[in-house]
Amino acid sequence: MLPIFIIVPLACAFLIPVISKIRRDFAPLFANLCGITLLFFSLNSISWLKGGLKVYYLGGWRPPFGICMVLDGLTVLMLLVVNLIGCLSLIYSIGYIKRYTAPQLYYTLFSLLLAGLNGVVISGDLFNLFVFLEITSIASYALVAFGTEAEELEAAFKYLVLGSVASTIILLGIGILLGNVSTLNMADISRSINLSTSGNLISYALALFTMGFGLKIALVPFHAWLPDAHPAAPAPMSAMLSGVVIKTIGVYALIRLVFNVIGFKPVVSLIFIWLGIISMSIGVLLAIGQWDFKRLLAYHSISQIGYVIFAIGLGTPLGISGGLLHLFNHSLFKSLLFLNAGSVEYATGTRDLGKLGGLTKEMPVTSNTCLVASLSIAGIPPLCGFWSKLIIIIAAFQAHNTAGGTACIFVALITLASFLRCRNMPLSAGLKRPSLA
Amino acid sequence: MSLYFLCLVLFSLGIWCLLIKKNLIKKIVGLGITEYAINLFFILLGYRVDGEAPILDKYNPITNFVDPLPQALILTSIVIGLGITALMVAITIRLYEKYRTFDINEIHRLRG
Repeated sequence: MLPIFIIVPLACAFLIPVISKIRRDFAPLFANLCGITLLFFSLNSISWLKGGLKVYYLGGWRPPFGICMVLDGLTVLMLLVVNLIGCLSLIYSIGYIKRYTAPQLYYTLFSLLLAGLNGVVISGDLFNLFVFLEITSIASYALVAFGTEAEELEAAFKYLVLGSVASTIILLGIGILLGNVSTLNMADISRSINLSTSGNLISYALALFTMGFGLKIALVPFHAWLPDAHPAAPAPMSAMLSGVVIKTIGVYALIRLVFNVIGFKPVVSLIFIWLGIISMSIGVLLAIGQWDFKRLLAYHSISQIGYVIFAIGLGTPLGISGGLLHLFNHSLFKSLLFLNAGSVEYATGTRDLGKLGGLTKEMPVTSNTCLVASLSIAGIPPLCGFWSKLIIIIAAFQAHNTAGGTACIFVALITLASFLRCRNMPLSAGLKRPSLA
Repeated sequence: MSLYFLCLVLFSLGIWCLLIKKNLIKKIVGLGITEYAINLFFILLGYRVDGEAPILDKYNPITNFVDPLPQALILTSIVIGLGITALMVAITIRLYEKYRTFDINEIHRLRG
């Protein structure tokens, strides 16, 4: 049953341009059908996990020769994230994407994106992972440029160059691993990597992977493209980019490589912890000065992903589960925030926080959902963001990482301050202030 | 060994071109060079001195053959590179229509 996650969106991507030649309004219907099917199967996949690890051999060829797809706990979690947010974004797209001239192309690219993301998640083979990663990347470059205005093209070009460099570096890392262990199957690599004598080359490959996936995740030294690329895309696509894409082709692939293939070492833990702390602090500090609604959210994405990388870098069971929980929660509330920003832009035509004001009366639903999502990202107790941050902070202090734990608390406070302003400005009634920036 | 070193030189040249050149078209060329350096690296991984094509034959079995796996991978990688280049060129043409220039210094409406 595993290949269905790739077959359905790929078939959909092929059929949409064909079928929309007959009737234009079939495209959204078809894409949404695809999204709902994928969501159904990914919910179903929780029950497939009962018998333990599930492996599907493509064409019946066993691993040293063939390609395999693997389903384990982490895979199921990521499938849920991808398909849940994908399905909701597709539903949102029905109304939003009418503004653009060629909606059928948008739905084609979106289906291609879903195929790539699902492929990255279930692939059990390094090169296959790379191919699906490139499918995802190409679809997202094209979707960032979808508006074809000057800013969007510029952002897409920046994203394209940096993303391609990242892919090239990842491919070089895969090549070095292949030269060492002569196999591409992840399980085989992890078995033979312990026998390999050239530890230096493995460390080099690990450094290349950290750099390549760090560029894809937009951790702080590599973050320059994200605040341009994420706001430039159409709103449902921004939700996908911030909520799903950087997590699947970045965080998930890095976790898979570091924990399952190469093996977790203290030096990796140190690098992850510091990259995480730097990303979460600098991301949130840069977010304070932003007046573009979507750009502010993009900077917060960098900061929140810093939490995830930090927690995973701790390496303790509590830390890893907290990181994964925060990954899931972040994909929920950040997508919701981006969709809200899209609604505000759709209704008013601007994203400048200084020009917006008093929208609570005119858009009550958006105002309430925005309140829920802002409070959640800021970590207010009953909402989901609080629990994952709490687990991460407890895990940090348990692992005797006082600096990291303190940084987490401070970043959470600054996030709260930043989102209080972000909520007050556009939505509160009567609080209209002059633009400062 | 010197072949691997030359491959590294090619890779560095591509990255240098990406970083230094201001012209968008030259950046695309630089990215192409980087990709080809990686492709060459993969082919070198599978290369054996005096190796033969890896075709299974019952009557005269071959002992020294080149590794076919990297070659198969690189075919895929070349196709991916083609896709990326096509998309990049398309975006560059649209950028030229908007800004009337290929110079990266004059394309700066975003603050970075």
